[in-house]
Amino acid sequence: MDIDIVEVIVIPVIKILFIAHLLIIGVMAMIWSERRVSGWMQDRLGPNRVGPQGLLQPIADGIKFLFKEDLIPNHVDKPLYVLAPAMLLVPAMIIVAVVPFGSSMTIAGYEIPLQIADLNIGILYILAITSLGVYGVVIGAWASNNKYSLLGGLRSSAQMISYELTLGLAIIGVLMLSESLKLREIAEGQGANPWEWNFLIHFPAFLAFTTAVFAETNRLPFDLAEAEQELVAGYHTEYSSMKFAIFFMAEYMSMIVGSAVVVTLFLGGWHFFGLENIGGEGSVLAGLISFAIFFVKTGIFLFVFIWVRWTLPRFRYDQLMNFGWKFLLPVALSSIVVTGTLYIITKGNRLWIGVGNVVAAFIVVAIVAGMLAMDNNSKSAAQNTPAAAPLRGLDAVE
Amino acid sequence: MSLEYYLILSALLFTIGVIGVLIRRNAIIIFMCIELMLNAANLAFVAISRSLGQVEGQLFVFFVMAVAAAEVAIGLAIIVSVFKHRETINVDEVNSLKG
Amino acid sequence: MNPEMILFFIFGAVSLIGAIAVISFRHPIYSALSLIVTFFAQAGLFVILGAHFVAAVQVIVYAGAIMVLFLFVIMLLNLGTLSEKGALTGKLKGVAIILGILLAAQGIYIAVNALNNTEVGSEAAQEKAAALTNNPIETYDIGELLFSKYLLPFEVTSLILLAALIGVIVLVKRENQTEN
Repeated sequence: MDIDIVEVIVIPVIKILFIAHLLIIGVMAMIWSERRVSGWMQDRLGPNRVGPQGLLQPIADGIKFLFKEDLIPNHVDKPLYVLAPAMLLVPAMIIVAVVPFGSSMTIAGYEIPLQIADLNIGILYILAITSLGVYGVVIGAWASNNKYSLLGGLRSSAQMISYELTLGLAIIGVLMLSESLKLREIAEGQGANPWEWNFLIHFPAFLAFTTAVFAETNRLPFDLAEAEQELVAGYHTEYSSMKFAIFFMAEYMSMIVGSAVVVTLFLGGWHFFGLENIGGEGSVLAGLISFAIFFVKTGIFLFVFIWVRWTLPRFRYDQLMNFGWKFLLPVALSSIVVTGTLYIITKGNRLWIGVGNVVAAFIVVAIVAGMLAMDNNSKSAAQNTPAAAPLRGLDAVE
Repeated sequence: MSLEYYLILSALLFTIGVIGVLIRRNAIIIFMCIELMLNAANLAFVAISRSLGQVEGQLFVFFVMAVAAAEVAIGLAIIVSVFKHRETINVDEVNSLKG
Repeated sequence: MNPEMILFFIFGAVSLIGAIAVISFRHPIYSALSLIVTFFAQAGLFVILGAHFVAAVQVIVYAGAIMVLFLFVIMLLNLGTLSEKGALTGKLKGVAIILGILLAAQGIYIAVNALNNTEVGSEAAQEKAAALTNNPIETYDIGELLFSKYLLPFEVTSLILLAALIGVIVLVKRENQTEN
């Protein structure tokens, strides 16, 4: 068996190093842009002292974290306390292995797809690794041996399990039309023009998926696990120095990866009006342009992350559960039923499927809202919200 | 890579699960041992499926997983309600039927 | 020693160590984490066996859902190291372990010897397996079989899950009524 060392080892290693560093630089860029953008949104300046426009602020932050005392409180469960930040960071980092960040380019006779690994089960890999992110939070919370941390961890695990369902169900419609689990084929299956992309065909599923991504990354309005006003800082209350910085990095990293996944699945990947084919398919120029398009799309989506953070207030815990189970989940389910049915009836006509999905989502939301209103009327006196059940379990903790 | 290795590993994992059920009294850990045994069975299923070149083995793994998920949901609900009544989940301390 | 073999021994060793850790740790949280390690190693074994889809589902269902539920309950009830009152001690514990070793010996004996007389160990099957290594089972094949020949068992599975769902709600509901 002949193994070409360049193809099997050198190219993948270069790709892995490139993406890993890009992620870390992306985290620094996100920290800077979040603070500047929030400054801009609140009509103030934000950090602007370190370097031009405050660009070196993340580096200064990093150095500060490094020189802080690495404190391990006495009352914590030491092995798990040390392990938890890594358990959050590693899943956030390895998801990106299957995300295609561009088309392909040919260098010196080697055709290089701009993706680390094109797994057969790409999308399932993403779901599997996403579901591991919760361990870092839960273990960190429990190991801290602190009531606020524990409450944050409990909230977070319930929230992540609930929204993972939506995350999984919302993409089934997409998979049905692209007939593949490979992310590269899903991205290629969407045409060059924005009206051919999946977010129009599966609009309700797109909204549900995006919301679930917000919930999975613990961002506002879903940051119940670290709600400052209620839980000090939630699961990372007891963490300091680099360990806290790693929690922080993991959160931003999963945001970046989440945006990249949304862009791949719903926003056409690296396609943009055929611009990605300048210089001929497979050429270096085309590869670079497709990468740039993907990069810009991800950046725009990351801006939405920041925008939402400064626009929406935080959910209450029972509202969060109600929203996830009673609205998002039925909408995601309806998209499966409608996409499947219309696919057979209209022989795969994208327009009908798109319209049908939106109509079905409206009907589902109307039915659920109507049922909730009736429910509230019949027992408004009792004030017995369904979400009281999981909360009551906490009595055992006290 | 022959089938025997996988079946031996599966047998060992199953045995560890059985021993766990025998020597521990914490209901949650006993429960985990049952999951371990189910997983050992899954491993044997997949290994034999590969050896025979049939898909069925992998299918049965899904059925096992579905049953395991249902079992865990019910079992943990029972454990929670037992704990609320008795303040313990030692299986030897909850051996009377009176609630 | 081919790469598959090396990977098998790595994953196999990790899963065995994890399994032993599950039954030896006093604290349920550590047991649960060890079990997650075991499940992971098993997912790795599934990948070696060419069952990629099963491996992904293993991680999603076991590591992603079932074990989170375990951790949730352990944390909710704030279970520390509980009493092992009534646990087998001394001689009886030894007997339990000896019985376990006997069981393992039986399993190994079956794995090594009895297979030779069955279809699995036959030469035809070996050839088939060799052919399959080059052409692994695709997710497509699983789906096709699941929705044709095994449709009824599949639907029954959904009924089991529904029954479990209702069962859990009933179990929790009764608690609320007695409290009120």
